[in-house]
Formats: sequence, C-alpha cells, structure tokens
Amino acid sequence: MKSIQTKNTESEAVFHIHSVSKIYQMGEVQVHALRSVNLDLYEGELAVLLGASGSGKSTLLNIIGGLDVPTAGEVIFRDHNLTQADDAKLTEFRRDHVGFVFQFYNLIPSLTALENVQLITEIAAKPMKAEDALEMVGLKERLNHFPAQLSGGEQQRVAIARAIAKQPDVLLCDEPTGALDYKTGKIVLEVIERVNCELGTTTAVITHNAPIAQMADRVIHIGSGEILSIEKNEKKASPSDLVW
Amino acid sequence: MNALNKKLFRDFWHLRGQIIATALVVACGIASFVSMQSTYVSLLDSQQNYYSAYRFADIFAHLKKAPESLKTEIEKIPGVAVVNTRVVSEVTLNLPNLTEPAQAKIVSIPEYQTPMLNDLHFLRGRYISAGSSDEVIISGAFATANNFQIGDAFEAIINGRWRKLTIVGIALTPEYIYEIRAGDVFPDNKRYGILWMNRKAVASAFQMDGAFNDVTLTLAPGVSESSVIENLDRILKNYGGTGSYGRADQQSHRFIANEFSQLKVQGTFLPAVFLGVTAFLLHLVLSRLVSTQREQIGLLKAFGYTNFDIGLHFLKLSLTAISSGAVLGIFLGMYLGAGMTNLYADYFHFPVLQYSAGWFVILFSFFISFGSAAIGALSAVRKAVFLPPAEAMRPEPPARFTAGFLENLGLQKYLSPIYRIVLRNLSRQPIKAIFSTFGISLAAALLFTGFYFFDAINKIIEIQFYQIIRNDVDVTFYQPRPGKTRYELKNLPGVSRVEVFRAVPARLHFLHRTRKVGLLGAENNSDLRRIIDKNGKVFNLPPEGIVLSKSLADILEVEKGDKLTVEILEGSRPVREIKVAGTIDELMGMNAYMEIHALNRLLNEDDVISGAYLSVDSLKKEKLYADLKETPAVAGVGLPSVALNSFNETFGKTIGTFTFILVLFASVIVFGVVYNGARISLSERGRELASLRVLGFTQKEISIILLGEQAVLTILAIPFGYFFGIIISMLVNNMVDAEIMRLPLVFSAQTFVISFVVTILSAIVSGLLVAWRVRNLDLIEVLKTRE
Ligand SMILES: Nc1ncnc2c1ncn2[C@@H]1O[C@H](COP(=O)(O)OP(=O)(O)OP(=O)(O)O)[C@@H](O)[C@H]1O
Ligand SMILES: [Mg+2]
Repeated sequence: MKSIQTKNTESEAVFHIHSVSKIYQMGEVQVHALRSVNLDLYEGELAVLLGASGSGKSTLLNIIGGLDVPTAGEVIFRDHNLTQADDAKLTEFRRDHVGFVFQFYNLIPSLTALENVQLITEIAAKPMKAEDALEMVGLKERLNHFPAQLSGGEQQRVAIARAIAKQPDVLLCDEPTGALDYKTGKIVLEVIERVNCELGTTTAVITHNAPIAQMADRVIHIGSGEILSIEKNEKKASPSDLVW
Repeated sequence: MNALNKKLFRDFWHLRGQIIATALVVACGIASFVSMQSTYVSLLDSQQNYYSAYRFADIFAHLKKAPESLKTEIEKIPGVAVVNTRVVSEVTLNLPNLTEPAQAKIVSIPEYQTPMLNDLHFLRGRYISAGSSDEVIISGAFATANNFQIGDAFEAIINGRWRKLTIVGIALTPEYIYEIRAGDVFPDNKRYGILWMNRKAVASAFQMDGAFNDVTLTLAPGVSESSVIENLDRILKNYGGTGSYGRADQQSHRFIANEFSQLKVQGTFLPAVFLGVTAFLLHLVLSRLVSTQREQIGLLKAFGYTNFDIGLHFLKLSLTAISSGAVLGIFLGMYLGAGMTNLYADYFHFPVLQYSAGWFVILFSFFISFGSAAIGALSAVRKAVFLPPAEAMRPEPPARFTAGFLENLGLQKYLSPIYRIVLRNLSRQPIKAIFSTFGISLAAALLFTGFYFFDAINKIIEIQFYQIIRNDVDVTFYQPRPGKTRYELKNLPGVSRVEVFRAVPARLHFLHRTRKVGLLGAENNSDLRRIIDKNGKVFNLPPEGIVLSKSLADILEVEKGDKLTVEILEGSRPVREIKVAGTIDELMGMNAYMEIHALNRLLNEDDVISGAYLSVDSLKKEKLYADLKETPAVAGVGLPSVALNSFNETFGKTIGTFTFILVLFASVIVFGVVYNGARISLSERGRELASLRVLGFTQKEISIILLGEQAVLTILAIPFGYFFGIIISMLVNNMVDAEIMRLPLVFSAQTFVISFVVTILSAIVSGLLVAWRVRNLDLIEVLKTRE
C-alpha cells in the first residue's frame, strides 16, 4: 500500500485541456458555461474541482469524460484527440477508459447491487470481478439488494464499485457526497481515496465543499466558467480527518 | 443472462399491465389475420383440390335438345379437352316429411360408373346399379336437411307421372358446393336438392333418347375461354342453346368466389386496424418508458454502452411484448379459423373442408406483428438513441403548460380546478389525444360496421320478402302455357289471387357489350311481385320498352332512351331492337323487365305465360300443395316464406358467433387504448396526484383527474366511430358482387346504441382497473423518489 503523499506533478499528463469553451444557446441568450479553460490532469493524481454552484464544474467534468463536447478548444486524452471524436468514438472512449460517479448514484432500480456492477463489467475490456469491486467498497454483504433496499451511502458505494469495477484509467466523481450526510459522505470519500491509492486511478472529484479539498493532490478552483487558481496540497489529509 | 437483459425482464414485469393490454390488441390483430387468411387459404385449397380431383367443368351450357352425335362436333372445337353431355331437368318432389312440394334438379349419370366431369364424391351408399330406373343418388345438403338415409324413398313427378325413387347413395359435386336453386338468394336445402339418375332412365322419361340438353366441358391449358364459348354458342344455336358461360357465371362458383374475395379483403383490413392501434400503444408505452428512464439511459451511455445496445434494448422490449401477443393471436386465430371453416361448411359443401393454418400465414403474421412493433417503437427508440448522455443525467424539465384554446373560450370559469387540470392535460398532448380518440373510434367503427351488416341483411329481407315478394306460392311450368291457364290456377283450392309472368332467357347487346339475362315479363301494377327500388319506391312498368336494374344498365353502359338489341335464346330465337324505358336501382340481382304483353308482342306470340304468383288462404294450403304435386305441367313450386325461415335458422347461428367475436375484438381495442392511456397518465403524474392527495384531495377527485381525460376522449371518439363506420360500410358495400346483391346503406338505431354501449362499457371497465391502482398509490413512496 502506497503512503499518502503528494504525487509528483512532473509525472505524465493524462489529459490536456486546451482553450476549452462551452456555450449553451438558450433561445436568444448565450450561457458561457466554460470560458477558454486550460488544464492538465496527471497520471494517478487525485484532483478536486472546487467552485460555486453554476460555475461550470459539471460541464468541465462531462467534457473530460466524453459525455459532452466543447464548443471550442481541444481535449486530448493520452494519444486520443477527443475534440474530433464522433459519438461512436466517444462511446468507445468512455467504455474503455472512464468511470463515473454521480451525485444521485443513478443506479438501475430494477437491478440488484451486484447486477448493477455486472452491467458494466460485462462490457469492459479488463474488469475486476463485480463481487471484488463491491467488497472494496465494503458491500460484500449486500450483493443481492435492490437500490430501493439500500441507504443513500450504500447506493453511492455501489455506484463507486460500478465505476471502478472496469478498472478505468480515470475516475470522475460529480459531487459524490452531495446527497449524503456528513458521516456517510466521509465513508464514500474514503472509498474514493482508497481506489485512487490502491489502483492508482487518476481521479477528479467535484465538490463545493472546500474542506474536502484537503484530501486532494491538487485543488482546482473554478468560478464563472474559468479556472481561478490551481493549488498543490503539500500535505494531503486523510478523509477521516476532514471536518466540514 | 446478462445484466441488461435482467433489467429488460424486470421492466417487463413492472409494465406487465400495459404490456398485456398491448399484447391483447396484437393478439386480436393476429387472430383476425390468421383466422381469415387461413380460412381463406383452406377454402381456396379445398376448392381447388376438389375442382381438379373431381374435374369441375370450365364451360357450361343448356339447350333444348340435341342429338348425341353433336358431341363429336363440340369436341372438335379448338381448345376443348373433355366434353360431357347430360340430360338435366327440374322436377317436383313429394317428400314424406313435407306437406309442401319440394323441387329437385335431376342430372343424368352414365349407367356404369366412369370418371366424368363434375364427378361425384360419395358420402354414403353406392353408385346406381346398371339398368335401374328408380335408383337415385342425392346431394349431401339435401340429405342432411331432410335427414335422409340410404334406402329411404320419395316420389317425383317425372314427365307427368309419379315415380317412386329409392336413395342408394349420397354424394357431393364441385358443381354444387353452394347448393342453391337458380335465381334464389338464400339456399333452402330442405326443399331443393340434386338427384343423379341413370341417363337411360332420365332420357326415356324426358323424350331425350339419344339426345342431350346440357353440356359441360373442360378446356386445354392456356385456351381462351371466350373463343370456345363463341364456338359452342354457334354450334348450339340451332338446338335451342340458351348461351354458354364460364365458371365466373356458374352460380355455385360465383357465390364462393364472392365470399372468398370478401374474406380476403376483411382479412387484410381488420388486422391492419389492430396492428395500427398496436403500433400506437407501443409508441405510448415505450415513449413513457424512455422518459422515465432518461437517467438510466444516460448512465448506460456514460459507461460506454453504445447507441446500438440501447436501441436494441428498447426494441427487444417491444418485440417481446409483441411476440407474446402474436403467439396468443396465432393460437386464437387457428381456433377461430377452424370455427369459421366449420361455419362455412354449413353453406359450402366440400368433401373435406380441411382447415390448416399454413406455414406461410403463420410466418407472415410474425412478420407483420414485428413490423408494427418496429413502427411503434421507432420514435421512442430514436429518442433513447439520440439522447445526449450529459443531457440525460439531468431530470427532464417540468412539462410546459399554457392555457389551451378551450380555456381561451372562457370555459374555465365554469370548471372546478380538477376539471381544469383534465382540460390542460388534454390540450398539452394534442397528438396523443388525437391518436387515442382515433383508436377508440376505430373500435366503435368496427362494432358499427359489424352490426351494419345485420341491418343491411335485415333490410334486404324486409324489402325482398315483405315488400317485393308478397305471394305465398309461385309456380313455374316446364313449357310456356296459354294465358288462360291463370283461370285454372285461380280455381285451385285456397287461391285468392293469381298474377302471371313470362320469362325467357335472352342476351342483351349494346355496342360491343353484351350480357345474358332472364328477361321477365310481369303484370303491370302487380300486387304479389312488385318491382321496388332500394329506397322502397314501387316502380310501374311502362306499356312499351325494357326496364333494367341500374347495375345491369351500368354494365351495358346504357341510359334511358338507348336502343338495345335483344337476342332471345328460346323458341325461334328472334333478334329485336328495343328501347330502354327506364332503369331502377334495385338491391338484388340484375334484372330486365318488360310489361308481359309487350314481351309477348316482342316474342311474336299470343297471350303466353311461364308461371304465376299465387296468393293463398293458409287454411287450404295443404290441399293446394297436394293438388300442385299432382299437376304435371308444374316444374317447380316456390314457397318464399318457408325459404326465409330456413335461411334465418342457418344465419342465426352465424350471427351469434360473429357478434361475440366483434364485441370481443372491439372491447380489446378500447381496453388497450384506455388502460394504457390512463396508466401512462398515472406514471407521468403519480407525484402530482400523490401531492394532491397529501393536500387533502379525495381518491375520487384524483380518479377524476386521471380518468376524466380518458372519458373525454372516449366520448369524443364515438361520433368519429360512427363516421368511420359509415365510411367503412360504404367501402364494404362496394366489395359485394353487385350481381348477387347490393347491401342497402341503412343503419338501425340499435347499431348506434350497441356501438355506443360496448365502447363505453369497455372504457369504464378499463378505467376501473386503473382507478384500483390509484387506491393503492403509496404516497410516501411516490414523494420520496426523485423525479
Ligand atoms: N444544458 C444546458 N443548457 C443551458 N445551460 C446549461 C446547461 N447545462 C448547464 N448550463 C449552465 O451552465 C452553467 C454551468 O453549469 P454546470 O452544471 O457546469 O454548473 P456546476 O458548477 O456543476 O453547478 P452545481 O454545483 O450547481 O452542480 C450554469 O449556468 C448552467 O445554468
Ligand atoms: Mg454540477
């Protein structure tokens, strides 16, 4: 097990985001969700995106994860240029490289915890066993429960198991603790941190909870669609020590 | 099973009510397709096998008398394969079980059994023995109707003498699959049959030794029928030929062909209605499913499921729903088809009426049901496929409401908030409302058209048997008789009124068009046999000229005032010119009328009659029947009211089955549309409704919101149903062979009422099923889930 320490920012960049803008056309009005954002994400790091509501965090994460395409600018993942990718290419990219965790878990209500994870392992190239993924998030005992029979925190952990089970290159979490209480939120963050450390998965976590940023290698501040500042954490805190 | 398919099955289970409702509609569509098409195919197969195995003739002709040697001349006509000459005659029968006289057609058969055209299929008994003169083989329908057994005997007047005939065999022939007296509308198998007798015996009885008066023949493959008919007519002209004709004009074949073509059209039209409704219902269910599963779809996409995987997923759901309906429909269709085929066996007498569904029909029914599934699923699947994943992760924006046009009229003042919700929901999804209304209206139209069919038959019976035919008995003679015979008839027991007629076969020519008809000379101002148009208006014959049924005038393309050429096919066969004095729009048959004296003059004859219509005192009819049976000149005795009763008996059975199927099918459509519509409203608005409950609205009020929409649509659908019903009825009318009958466009109050009641009742039942769900609406559960 690796010790908790800040990773070397000189390690290889996994993502290059160059001058990315996103404009939503709302009838007459244009909403600038992102304005010419430049950002690199590095191999194995845990980055936290911090910003007020409506600042463009989700938009950026969705573009990184290939869920959405920018209006202008370039997104490069390793040797793939995602900017020119069509829908099929983006799908392939997501399938092969990305794991998502969402604020509202988004489990399939008609499938059990195990089946929700299997749903993804079935189409992944080099998945771990669905049971192992669930064991990693501490839900070995809950394999055959339907989402409705799980608490919010448990559901979110299933969602994390689902995201990591395919052994993705990047794990993108959009307010994973947004719908959870303090205690459960911590458990979920611990799981994310463990995955980042144990599997070395490049991880980006969105939050508007400033204290959570203490567990990051780097903290990226976003406001009004722009990157305000990037801060390196010299001393990473363990999630269990966080207070908010 | 992979996880996505597990989801499929659980969604399936969750949606089971709606899937069952949709599957039932599919089942009815497929059942109607399979039953009608397979019945059609089975009948057609049976007919064709029968025709070829028993050598049904291609061309038929009757004549007065020709020497047997003429046969070789007929055989020499180019294209003729086999020629069969016969002696055929109508005879009066005295059946032990009937007081009234019956009638039969005697058809001669060779002394020794050899393969012949229109050959016999024996149901029971044997062929006649050589040299016999009192052995007969009787037709199957006649035997069944009278419950005749081998060895039974009855009497027939053969050439003026009573002859006792013994039944040695019961048989069928392709010539009389539909066994009906020439010119009759409905079969009366009890009082009309076919008798096969030794040629020698028949010939000597009718002075036809070494001669024949009927010829049938088959054609070599690929030969033109019309050229052979022309040649045959030329040969038979000098022997009193009344004009030869092909299968299309052969009475039995013609009825069957008419029935087949209707069956085929109905077997296309009805399934199309059902599968159209199916596509709509699937569209409703799947669109709703895709909306509720937006986020799941987004998630699947986020994790790399392809558009194809997702499209296929929803397509599979619709295919599974459809295939269960299709399988049920195929079995139901086979069951109904077997039943229909059985019903047909009451009318059409085949040696074997083997019902088989046929692989093609079954495969094709899968094909069309999957087709409708695909059409129905198309837009929902498209929506799922094109949903951008980032978009899908956000909940659907709240539905936009505006004051609908109904409210712009200022109606809302009069409505409580509950009804305003109903109105706004309707105007929010106008397309869905229109399609639902259309679907329900099709069910009402189906009922309407079905019951219209009974109205039309009743109207025909009303006009034909109560307004046109008002005599109790009609009598036809073997040979035309002098006019004074009417006084002899008048003197028969119980006869209170006699009206006479003259009938001759004739061919009408106008320009290059020609048509063979029975030209009827009738008394003017007749009371017993009136000429009445489809609107019930009585028509009086002018003293000169010919009056044609409108359908006949249309075929010849003649109008009042045109000059026709009439070629009489009897006696000295005069050819005359005659003016069309008028046309009359009649319901039944294609007729040509003249005033009887005008016809006598045309034929260059004195006062001569072919038969008479009698009005009879019912107390004395037994005596009259007995006397008529003893009158040698009488070739046939018709009893219209008896024929009507026997028709009603057979038809009653058909009506019951038909009504049951009709009501079942229509109810299923209404159920499918209303149940699915309400269930989808419930799913779309479950939260809203639960919130209203929390705010203190009663279950009843909630049900009004939910079902009010469906009630409005159902009530709206009824007038449209009537409208479509009338249109469809008009189309159906055009399909019926105009020479057999034309269905009058009359609609009884009962038809309107039944269509209304059945539609509304099925809607109410479907609504109650959904209302029952509202009772079980789990408030907490609904409010807890995130939209
Ligand atoms: N589909 C869309 N159409 C129009 N505008 C949009 C759309 N999606 C996002 N926006 C706008 O873009 C801006 C950025 O949105 P984004 O969802 O990225 O914010 P966020 O930082 O994730 O906020 P939150 O913390 O509330 O989730 C917001 O102003 C939002 O209203
Ligand atoms: Mg966000």
